[in-house]
Amino acid sequence: MNAQVNAPTPAAPLRKAIECGVPDNKPHLHPTMLKNYGNWKYHDRPRPGVLHHVSHTGDEIWTVRAGTQRQMDVYTIRKLCDIADRFAEGFVRFTIRSNIEFMVADPKKVDPMIAELEKSGFPVGGTGNSVSMVSHTQGWLHCDIPGTDASGVVKSMMDELYNEFKNEEMPNRVHMSTSCCEINCGGQADIAVIIQHTKPPKINHDMVANVCERPTVVARCPVAAIRPALVNGKPSLEVDEKKCICCGACYPPCPPMQINDPEYSKLAIWVGGKNSNARGKPTFMKLVASGLPNNSPRWPEVNAVVGNILRTYKADARPWERLADWVERIGWPRFFEKTGLPFTKYLIDDWRGSRANLNASTHIRF
Amino acid sequence: MAKPMHPTPNLDQLESGPWPSFVTGLKRLAKDKDYMVDILGHLEHSYQTRKGYWKGGTVGVRGYGGGVIPRFTEIKDEGGKPVFKDAAEFHTLRIMPPPGMHYNTATLRQFCDIWEKHGSGLIAFHGQSGDIMFQGATSENVQPAFDAINDMGFDMGGAGPSVRTSMSCVGASRCEQSCYDEAKAHRQVLNTFLDDIHRPALPYKFKFKFSGCPNDCMNSIQRSDMAIIGTWRDNIRTDEVLAKKWFAKHGMNELVNDVVARCPTKAMQIKEIKDVRKGDHFSSVALNDSQALEIDNKDCVRCMHCINVMTGALATGVDKGATILVGGKRTLKIGDLMGTVVIPFMRLQNDEDYQQLVDLGQKAIDFFAENALEHERTGEMIERIGLVNFLEGIEVEIDANMVSAPRMNPYVNTAGWDEEVAKINAKKAAA
Repeated sequence: MNAQVNAPTPAAPLRKAIECGVPDNKPHLHPTMLKNYGNWKYHDRPRPGVLHHVSHTGDEIWTVRAGTQRQMDVYTIRKLCDIADRFAEGFVRFTIRSNIEFMVADPKKVDPMIAELEKSGFPVGGTGNSVSMVSHTQGWLHCDIPGTDASGVVKSMMDELYNEFKNEEMPNRVHMSTSCCEINCGGQADIAVIIQHTKPPKINHDMVANVCERPTVVARCPVAAIRPALVNGKPSLEVDEKKCICCGACYPPCPPMQINDPEYSKLAIWVGGKNSNARGKPTFMKLVASGLPNNSPRWPEVNAVVGNILRTYKADARPWERLADWVERIGWPRFFEKTGLPFTKYLIDDWRGSRANLNASTHIRF
Repeated sequence: MAKPMHPTPNLDQLESGPWPSFVTGLKRLAKDKDYMVDILGHLEHSYQTRKGYWKGGTVGVRGYGGGVIPRFTEIKDEGGKPVFKDAAEFHTLRIMPPPGMHYNTATLRQFCDIWEKHGSGLIAFHGQSGDIMFQGATSENVQPAFDAINDMGFDMGGAGPSVRTSMSCVGASRCEQSCYDEAKAHRQVLNTFLDDIHRPALPYKFKFKFSGCPNDCMNSIQRSDMAIIGTWRDNIRTDEVLAKKWFAKHGMNELVNDVVARCPTKAMQIKEIKDVRKGDHFSSVALNDSQALEIDNKDCVRCMHCINVMTGALATGVDKGATILVGGKRTLKIGDLMGTVVIPFMRLQNDEDYQQLVDLGQKAIDFFAENALEHERTGEMIERIGLVNFLEGIEVEIDANMVSAPRMNPYVNTAGWDEEVAKINAKKAAA
């Protein structure tokens, strides 16, 4: 037998990654945007969901913004592409809140495109003082540490807030977020829904030594509640449950320290985060409600609290007041009074620097 | 045709209601893919038991140490076999989008074709770090999927203790409030650190974010280790035609209540035209035949509010650049940290200016790599070592714009005071 016949054929050289980095966005810009790059003069909003920008050259561009479900199947993306090809010269962009935007230089295309988007199930809105789409995290669909499914919570909330997305009836813009653990990947927002665990981790002591780098896990705890221990003769970790704040920080580096619990992982509501420097300096959001059940698939209790806060803000805030601006004017006691949310002892900060959050004055609204 | 669907009574309830349903999208994919049939079963199991069932692992592409988020099912039968066997692996590829998240449809369609062939067919625009998330591929398909995406000119984003994918606003491409070329800064900075993006070796993550003006649409101040926020040094520009048009439509009450009274530093006043102050730091614009709006730009903190309300009538200045803040992040481990000023103003107009920004990023990352503890973010490191030590490390001079107030306690040794004053005086004399 010819030895050469049996020799393995030489493998094709392995493809090396082309380390090309962040691509240029110029090939992806609508021609009117490319032409007027850095030369825009002003904008207005002819109707909710539509922006109209005017350049120093007199060129104009209309943007139609529509909501999406963020994680999209290829059929949905292709449908959006079809709409872009038909009406918007084949260009789109996405906002930070997963809204899609179509740009047109011809105002006559705006109305037919809106009709086509709405017919295809994409609500047009999310501009100006509307409630925009909720920025959110992965949840049960894909995350390795999720306490809930942000996509489901968001779908449930946006169904309720559909008209607030499509209209501009709020005092100022409302940005929302949802996060499946206290890491809060969804981010700061006017209103945020975030998992808040209420039980210390349940430790699978058989697994810890094999899976976890114990000093790393000990170091990760914000309150030094974790210490190495021998359990049933095996090296493991134990938690001082009196100290534990149930933050879940130990869980990502040590999955045998299960923090998620169908009953005791609750949802909390935070309000008043603002990243813009407009008017006051940027603010962090504050915890205003907790203990809401992780009630899949529709989370009605979360929806009730969020809806209540939004309705109260809408009725009471003055034009241009973001949620944080509104509370700054009316004060926290009246926020709790007007929303009917209970002000519990858990809302009084005792973390480092917390005295700055106490009222060091006689400024009290009666 | 795929295999029959698992019953999904919980997920079915997320198909009703007017908002676009991700469940409907998953079901459409499941018509053709057994993979997605089992993903729906897997997700329904989470909805029923209210827990997640994915664990991490190690999956990557050749040459890179990060960018793939590996997921292996933990729903196993008594024999340790995956219950949803077609969905035993559900890895995600993080791919960096063009700055501003602009796309031509040819690119999106090509993404769809690649992901339909190699992956689940599910793509998120975008993940919270700003990546295109190609969600769901088997270990075997990760490399061919990446190869196809990479051939299009798109590259892997960051994951783990690395420089992360960045985000920039729509900016100069469509926004009159843009104060620098966000896309140029985004690309120039990020593409300097490709090695730190693709081969995670930092103490922890490092994020840059680029917003073109102080409205900070990218939420850079709260979410990035280095926030580059556009601003300007000269006066607010005015346009009389647009100002009169605005005033005719909105009137004096709105001007007073919504604009003047909301100026955080009371930099604006309404005046009779004849009384308007002139000088190199005043802006003014007539509202009608007798009244005008006057702005003392020395008092203005560039908050953007009046420009947001009276778009075009008032506009950013022309001596543009950015304020640079470092150390923003969310809670874990020491509590929320807002980015704080390290460069009050960096001009961003010519290539040299942009290179200066890259150099600053390089110094910040080098210092972080050398000095941060494991799993410590830049803001936490600064909290531990003090801002002055950080500034010395990145060779930036102190500036009173970096504080909201001077020190409020005496716990510092000021023995070097005279020496510091002498240095400041010498610098003044040399200037």
